[in-house]
Amino acid sequence: MDNLLLELKKQIIAQLNLQDIKPEDISDDLPLFAEGLGLDSIDALELIVLLQQYYKIKLTNADDGPKVFRTVKTMAEYIENHQTDK
Amino acid sequence: MILDLNITSSCLIKKDSVYLNGKKLFSYLDTASTNFLLSAYRFFEMNYPKFYKMDNLCKLGWLASEILLKESFVKDKYVPEEIGVVLLNKNSSLNTDLKFYQTINEIPSPSLFVYTLPNIVIGEICIRNNFKGETAFFIFKKFNSEFIQQYVNNLFNNNILQACICGWVEFMDDDYKAVLLLIEKDKSSISKPFTIFNINKMYH
Repeated sequence: MDNLLLELKKQIIAQLNLQDIKPEDISDDLPLFAEGLGLDSIDALELIVLLQQYYKIKLTNADDGPKVFRTVKTMAEYIENHQTDK
Repeated sequence: MILDLNITSSCLIKKDSVYLNGKKLFSYLDTASTNFLLSAYRFFEMNYPKFYKMDNLCKLGWLASEILLKESFVKDKYVPEEIGVVLLNKNSSLNTDLKFYQTINEIPSPSLFVYTLPNIVIGEICIRNNFKGETAFFIFKKFNSEFIQQYVNNLFNNNILQACICGWVEFMDDDYKAVLLLIEKDKSSISKPFTIFNINKMYH
């Protein structure tokens, strides 16, 4: 899990061009949107692309988005659960 | 009545250098344009995280506007609806259009897609400064000072604007140039008349 969390942070930084942010600046439980990392709706779409591109996971139910993309930890949990399913 | 308008500030960004009112403020020798824009952003100690997400056309235009306005512009003299932006370039948003096109066969990039219009750079400038006046983006084969002068004059003469940022913002491959002028009615100690001659002088 720790490796996945670090990998995800690096991928989020690269995919979203967060050039002044380092992986260690993003705690596992930091909210990704609003008061946390401050991501916006376009970033949300990029996170969906990230899941698809790196983990071959398609978010089929849009209602799951807010839960899945709440924090890096919730993203990692979602990836682990869906990769196990395969 | 035809108004006498003035260029109260000018910013020129061309290969490797940034000028404000004719004075070179920053120079950075690097073959990659993206590195230059990022270095200029850091040199001027700007703090606007959204800059990193912008495409290069927006980075260039946004950067030029920040430098243009940083010393002499008194925004509070105007209401937001009186401040406009009129820009021109040659290649529209083609630089980003092509990058986006390359992603289409796999997964189209949402963050590239949002920059596949040239007037997004105007939006970035207006959001940053809370400008809400008339805006327009025109595509010309080459810099057209006559058009800029005539169009902006019309906006002032019809009482649509009281201040206007206008000029040229072009980015294609590693070739880029931005020339932004701040046009106002009031003169200042460094202002110049808003004439075709002076516009051309600031472009070259």
